[in-house]
Amino acid sequence: MYAELGHYALILAFIFAIVQAIIPMIGAQKGWNNWMSVAIPTAQIQFLLLLLAFAALTYSFVVSDFSVKLVWANSHTDKPMLYKVTGVWANHEGSMLLWNLILAIFGASVATFGGNLPPALRARVLSVQAMIGVAFLGFMIFTSNPFLRLDEVPLNGTGLNPLLQDPGLAFHPPFLYLGYVGLSMAFSFAIAALIEGKVDAAWARWVRPWTLAAWMFLTIGIALGSWWAYYELGWGGYWFWDPVENASFMPWLASTALLHSAIVVEKRDTLKAWTVLLAIIAFSFSLIGTFLVRSGVLTSVHAFATDPTRGGYVLGILFVAIGGGLTLYAFRASTLRSGSVFSTFSRESGLVLNNLLLSVAAAVVFVGTLWPLLIEFTTGEKISVGAPFFDMAFTPFMVVLAMALPIGAVMPWKRAKLGKSMKPLWGMMALSVALGAFIWASQTGGRMLAPVGLTLAAWIILGAVADFLSRSRFGNVPFSESMRRLRNLPRSDWGKVLAHSGLGLIIFGISAVTAWEQEDIRTTQFGQRYELSGYYFTLNKVENIAGPNYDAVRAEILVEDGDKSWLMYPSKRNFRVQRMPTTEAAIDISLTRDVYIALGDPQEGGGYAVRVYIKPFVDWIWIGALLMAFGGIVSLFDRRYRVAAPSRKAAPLAAPAE
Amino acid sequence: MRYILLILMLASPAWAVEPSEMLDDPAMEARARVISKGLRCVVCQNENIDDSNAGIAADLRVLLRERLVAGDSDEQVMQYMVDRYGEYVLLKPRFSASNMILWLTGPLLLLLGGIGAILFIRRRGKPAQAEGLDPDEQAKLARLLQE
Repeated sequence: MYAELGHYALILAFIFAIVQAIIPMIGAQKGWNNWMSVAIPTAQIQFLLLLLAFAALTYSFVVSDFSVKLVWANSHTDKPMLYKVTGVWANHEGSMLLWNLILAIFGASVATFGGNLPPALRARVLSVQAMIGVAFLGFMIFTSNPFLRLDEVPLNGTGLNPLLQDPGLAFHPPFLYLGYVGLSMAFSFAIAALIEGKVDAAWARWVRPWTLAAWMFLTIGIALGSWWAYYELGWGGYWFWDPVENASFMPWLASTALLHSAIVVEKRDTLKAWTVLLAIIAFSFSLIGTFLVRSGVLTSVHAFATDPTRGGYVLGILFVAIGGGLTLYAFRASTLRSGSVFSTFSRESGLVLNNLLLSVAAAVVFVGTLWPLLIEFTTGEKISVGAPFFDMAFTPFMVVLAMALPIGAVMPWKRAKLGKSMKPLWGMMALSVALGAFIWASQTGGRMLAPVGLTLAAWIILGAVADFLSRSRFGNVPFSESMRRLRNLPRSDWGKVLAHSGLGLIIFGISAVTAWEQEDIRTTQFGQRYELSGYYFTLNKVENIAGPNYDAVRAEILVEDGDKSWLMYPSKRNFRVQRMPTTEAAIDISLTRDVYIALGDPQEGGGYAVRVYIKPFVDWIWIGALLMAFGGIVSLFDRRYRVAAPSRKAAPLAAPAE
Repeated sequence: MRYILLILMLASPAWAVEPSEMLDDPAMEARARVISKGLRCVVCQNENIDDSNAGIAADLRVLLRERLVAGDSDEQVMQYMVDRYGEYVLLKPRFSASNMILWLTGPLLLLLGGIGAILFIRRRGKPAQAEGLDPDEQAKLARLLQE
């Protein structure tokens, strides 16, 4: 019953999306207000219908209705309730329903809160948004229906992949989808702007918060996935340059570029055509990511060819959206000319450099990810493009970006004097380089990674601090006055400093753990005490433990650090239903280092294989990512997005000019 | 969702290098680890043999250590693997004619994009540099200053 209701709601939403795609667009072209306003109720109803469909599917999972094929394939009565619910989107069909629901949420928000948009722009945006909805609702209904029933009702389900029974991964897809789909708004605004032939500050002020929100969700989603891989996969890696990871990283890079270039459009009314192009590219990367993950093309070109229905459909959406978007761009971009003037040294130029580096870096990831597919498709030969390639081809762009960032961030708009802009930064630059030199001198072995990485990290963070110190006229005015100035800085400035510092922390974490990680792999006998970088480890015992839906072998290891000591429990789980073993590493987390222990198999001569890592400062990678996302939130609450967009009200008087 | 494929390909999650496989000579073992991080586990999805716990990855780890003990250089070991399993095992593709585009994407795009960006910036910088602000710009400046 509930499944049928959900199915029905899905089909109705599809029909409403078709109406929303056609009527408002015609209305906007002809200037018919009543046709344009059709977009608003249709977007809202579409959202309610998809919410109903999603609720119906969730209910089927909660009550374990195994007559629904999807529930049978992905759930089990033994599963904890949290994972019954997250099981809704931990599979292909359900995740596509979530995708469509999020798309509808965004559409309905523009319909509901977009009263200050010009009616024709709003109608066109919602129409384009509905076209994407039609494509993906059609994809669900025709190839991936989550509401299909089984003829005979099985007694129990076949469970969920035990590796997915994890909070980090359970909430990773919704965040990624919020990001992917959030970029559809930027795309819809870009297409609408191309049709109208007009891009102005008001347009940018609408696009930027959407991009910012999407970017923030992507950041959190990627960080959650990376954190999950770190503690769940059992060898403590945090980024593998896996194609599936790259699929989410490409839209992140593109949206990072986009939210910087949108600032230029908003504040300086230039870089318009490029920003529109970036908006199209960012969403295209989202679609390509969806295609890569959903089509099975990654496993092999062959797997894709044997069951091309789904992949073929997504590929079709891809060609229409990207091809259509770029064609429209080719015809209309020339109408987006802008007259603003700026000199070679200016924040505009800094942001152009930012966009250049981020875009080329995204292109490198894109080509690297698709290269093996292309080679196999054209020559039939199989080659691999993995982490060593990306480390070499991608990292230089980030190094240059990190070097330029603090300078670009303090330069004023229009015309900067390099010497004047650099004035607050010289001290910090010297400090960063001194720090790097100190590290280089104090470490044994000649690896440059730690000194260079830490210099860059310090430079970005100290640069942000220096920017704030000079903006608050710290030292030149009384302390309370400085504090007042800081408080009165626009939130977007706070967001900028926080997000940039987050990047600095990520670079710090990656450099530190890559350069200074210690590892020990050995067969450990009971009671044998051994040392790794100042810590002592003793395997006390290994015991069998029964969990709710798994059996585990759990080791107790005594860890001693000077006069402190504590116990750690790495284990191996075997999930009963799936007969699938997983490694549960024991991690002792602290801000300066993680002690990471993974348990292996019993060895022939007695004892257990044990793998121990000391990972210095590794958690700063995720702290940095969260700080970045937090910077996004702070920036999102900037006054100018809350105040009615087209008519700008005065900001607090004390806020200094940029 | 992006890890699901990855997970499915892991027969059982990571155990990777076993203590019994490791060489007694720490320097040679360190070389082996570096080499094995650059070699792909041929039955896995984008996993190197150092991280993989598939049977074939273990075989390759042992094999490459045997080559090292036999006195091969790092390059010789790599070549040995490529001869047996093809270029597919190299996680960093060779800089060959067929992979030229892959390797040159970054530098070429940076060059082209850089030229484009410089032309754009210089064009932006030319007109009306020395002249004062027109009324439009003054209004904009006033607004910017108010922020």
